[in-house]
Amino acid sequence: MSAITEFFYFSGYAWYVWGSYGLTAAFMIAEVILVIRGKKSMVNRLARMARLNNSSSE
Amino acid sequence: MGFKNSVIWLYFSSPRNFYPFAGKLIPWFGWLAAVLMIIGLYIGFFVAPPVLSDQKEYYVIIFIHVPAAWMSMFIYIIMSLYAFIALVWNIKMSEMMATALAPTGAMFTFLALWTGALWGRPSWGAYWVWDARLTSELILLFLYIGFMSLQSAIDDPRRAARASGLLAVVGAINVPIIYFSVRWWNTLHQGFSVQPAQTQQLMDPSIKWGMLILALAFWMYTIAVVLYRVRTIILERERQTTWVQELVSSKS
Repeated sequence: MSAITEFFYFSGYAWYVWGSYGLTAAFMIAEVILVIRGKKSMVNRLARMARLNNSSSE
Repeated sequence: MGFKNSVIWLYFSSPRNFYPFAGKLIPWFGWLAAVLMIIGLYIGFFVAPPVLSDQKEYYVIIFIHVPAAWMSMFIYIIMSLYAFIALVWNIKMSEMMATALAPTGAMFTFLALWTGALWGRPSWGAYWVWDARLTSELILLFLYIGFMSLQSAIDDPRRAARASGLLAVVGAINVPIIYFSVRWWNTLHQGFSVQPAQTQQLMDPSIKWGMLILALAFWMYTIAVVLYRVRTIILERERQTTWVQELVSSKS
């Protein structure tokens, strides 16, 4: 077995080790994407509301 | 507290001042988190010994399990402190900080349980046991979920903050229960992970360093993400103010 396959095989504990690290990485990356998206959509929503207010008051 | 400190405290308790300040801090904490994570993972996978006494290769889960479990408790304590400050002194910025901390705290609690299950299986032969440590950590997850659902269930943000804040403060009693559960009860879960005197002989220092560096990385990550989230909350709660109106109209 090459060093790389051996590393991923993890002496047969691949599911436990990569299952732990994989989900942790997935959650943390997803959270970063979600907070960035959340702020963008909030800014867009508030900007839309501001535009509506301005056009109705004119 | 001196006069200067009180002035600083008052300054940042205003959402308008905190918003740009938080924005400046985020990239620093983000990069620090990334660098520490790389160092910690490198130590965990390539420097630390492949096995830890009777624990085989799967023990490598320790490098994220312990930091995630620590974060789940740290974040809860900070969250309940902010909730307490908000309840007693009625400081809006504290309410928003408590709200911003909850999702990240819940995430680390879930990850502590998940990585614990995947470690428990090869080590004890079971993904889950109703052990004091595991059960109290599960209750912590329910406290986070309760805090978040209480907030989304009540429309008025001030009332939502009071109700959920009370839950957060009362629920804080669970944190010492989780921490000391391994000492108070006869648990399957092993004892304290970092214990100055005893661990030194048992545990290779590289394992302790890997764990501490990844815990620090998770801390920095949490600060970055929570500051990002609190800025969104500030925009929403302060949307009627002139400064937010000006800010959003300049961006569109």
